[in-house]
Amino acid sequence: MKTSQKKPEKLIDEKDIRYDGRKLNEMRPVKIEVGVLANADGSAYIEQGKNRILAAVYGPREIHPKHQALPDRAALRCRYHMAPFSVQERKSPAPSRREHELSKVIREALEPSIFTEYYPRTAIDLFIEVLQADGGTRCAGITVASLALADAGIPMRDLVCACAAGKVEDRLILDLDDLEDKSEGADVPIAYMPNMDVVTLLQMDGMLTSEEFEQVLNMGVEGCRQISQLQRDALRAKYTAAKEAEAEKEDEAEEAKE
Amino acid sequence: MPIFYEKRQIVTPGDLLAEDEYISGENTYKENEKIFATRVGLFDHDQKRVYVVALKSFYVPMVGDTVIGKVLEVTFGGWVVDIRAPYPAMLRASDALERPVRPQRDDLPSLFDVGDMMIAKIVAYDRTRDPLLTVLERGLGKVTRGQTIEITPTKIPRVIGKKGSMVSMIKNETGCQIAIGQNGRIVIIGKTPDDERSAIMAIRMIEREAHTSGLTDRVTEMLRKEKGEKSTKEVVENVPKET
Amino acid sequence: MSSIMAAKVRAKRIAQMIASGKRSDGRGLNDYREIQIESGLIERAEGSARVRLGKTEVLVGVKIEIGEPFSDTPNAGVLTVNAELVPLASPTFEAGPPDENSIELARVVDRGIRESKAIPTGDLVIEPGKKVFIVFVDVYVLNYDGNLIDASALAALAALLNTKMFNYEVKEGEVKIKPGYKPLPIANYPIAVTFAKINDQLIVDPWLEEEQAMDARLTIAIEKDGKICAMQKGGYGTFTTQQILEISKMVQQKAAELRKLVVKE
Repeated sequence: MKTSQKKPEKLIDEKDIRYDGRKLNEMRPVKIEVGVLANADGSAYIEQGKNRILAAVYGPREIHPKHQALPDRAALRCRYHMAPFSVQERKSPAPSRREHELSKVIREALEPSIFTEYYPRTAIDLFIEVLQADGGTRCAGITVASLALADAGIPMRDLVCACAAGKVEDRLILDLDDLEDKSEGADVPIAYMPNMDVVTLLQMDGMLTSEEFEQVLNMGVEGCRQISQLQRDALRAKYTAAKEAEAEKEDEAEEAKE
Repeated sequence: MPIFYEKRQIVTPGDLLAEDEYISGENTYKENEKIFATRVGLFDHDQKRVYVVALKSFYVPMVGDTVIGKVLEVTFGGWVVDIRAPYPAMLRASDALERPVRPQRDDLPSLFDVGDMMIAKIVAYDRTRDPLLTVLERGLGKVTRGQTIEITPTKIPRVIGKKGSMVSMIKNETGCQIAIGQNGRIVIIGKTPDDERSAIMAIRMIEREAHTSGLTDRVTEMLRKEKGEKSTKEVVENVPKET
Repeated sequence: MSSIMAAKVRAKRIAQMIASGKRSDGRGLNDYREIQIESGLIERAEGSARVRLGKTEVLVGVKIEIGEPFSDTPNAGVLTVNAELVPLASPTFEAGPPDENSIELARVVDRGIRESKAIPTGDLVIEPGKKVFIVFVDVYVLNYDGNLIDASALAALAALLNTKMFNYEVKEGEVKIKPGYKPLPIANYPIAVTFAKINDQLIVDPWLEEEQAMDARLTIAIEKDGKICAMQKGGYGTFTTQQILEISKMVQQKAAELRKLVVKE
């Protein structure tokens, strides 16, 4: 809904509390669910603050058009797209230049994690749909896309988690929302593979000194580690329910025997 | 030697499972003396190996596997067959005909048409080409009767059982013929639709409870209960009406 | 298929050389290729410049038009950057709408200029909310031999420094062009520096064969006071945080060197 809400005077007050009540290094509340779509081979959904993002994977599957096939590995194809109703002012459904760029960097963020060399000449198709946007959508999109890949049973070196850090009103903060992102300062989205301790996506816009950048980078990687924990909890939760049902049946059978 | 999880714990891709001298088994990879999981699954290990029983994976073709395929396309040289794998499989007309194909005279759709199911074997497959099938051996060929169901490929070994014990039991109890494809498809041909339904119920039960013990006994019991109920029903229905 | 295998063999050879501190074209790990900059070649454009970075050749033309401002910034002129990888520049470029590579190139060059506030857009307003100047920066790649980002960003800066705006007056709501020119106001001089990683070795300004062999690249744009104003990681590989911080230190000196070629004190 269009709101008549005016932008707050200051985004961060003198006590270093952000306008939505968060501390400087606090992330927005996150809710993740794995395996939400029936047709896709793998899928996952995330709510992070007001972000609502869905990811789905089809593959590995036969690749069309055939000339895109790679002889030695699977071709990862990624589409990041925002629904027309996802933002304040309706966005045209046609892919914008921003969506093209993000599709590319997101693909490059996830590819290092996948054992594409196991499935030559196939395609792994990844779709990220932003249903509602409030800043940091490429990071939340990567987080949920990695889970969709795991849900599809595609073998991976590690899950990729992502989080943005930056600077607003002279303070360094974690997980910028839309208002914070659009203000003066800096925004640094980061994607990270925790067990290999490597960065797979890094972008920056704004202005930072080298020292500030180092602090922001470390803050962002810490945020990624928090996200990584939530990813694994969500994956385990999906299968724990199934495992518990099986264990129950086993107990029932044991009791019946006695 | 360090191991970081207990048997049957759920692990996720990238979880560090073990270090040093273990061998990296199914659904794991080793790098710099460390073994990590590649899929979500249940951790397990023996003296030497560390592996993960994947909770979700898809079928990857292997030469020698028996698979159940569905015809997608009839071409001039044969058939393109869906075997629920990342690659479509090919059945050459010359294989099915046991002689070179005569394009003008041979009516390929009469052998296998689009949508037909077949039991076939993979005779060739490598990184550079799609899997090649044959239907020439005994037990292979078009499926003309019965029902075909799909289950997760990882559960197929459980449906077969140790030395085929599980599937033999189901065949005995239901009187059905059962053909199992490694690609997660199963053909069930029974004397009656009821028999087929019982066999399918048994297979679904195995799929759900694959990781529990005592499964064979429980499935046998379920099937016998089913049969018992059925015969009681028949007895009741066969009582002649009083005139 | 064979060209992919041949590329793999070349990549291996390059990686081996770099591991021993040498590059296939004789440069040091931290050396740029020879750079030539020429400005003002396209008279019809308000500004233009051509950069030759080794064999990579990029031409940038700047056009200034009059138009409406964006609704959320009524008191600012507009900057828009576009890039074309024209087919004559490389056997691998095809004709057609911009692909993801040309879009990424344009947006990264744009980011350096925009975030460093190189063009004070407040100075481009004719009638607030109604008429502003729109600065079109068009990047035209003429020959692709690696590292288009640095070459394009350098050419864009040189072209903007070369850009002249016509004098004007507003009469009865119409903009009338008067004789004479003045230079486009430029407030900052952002420079993009790209490092590539090959087998954990970091090299600056990868040429084509090195780009094909690299794991990943990291571009950092530095403004005149040494602050970072844009960053972009590209490629299918990864960087450790140490490598990222190492690159962010090395770019400072390289950016200063490149800036001297464009901005005459």
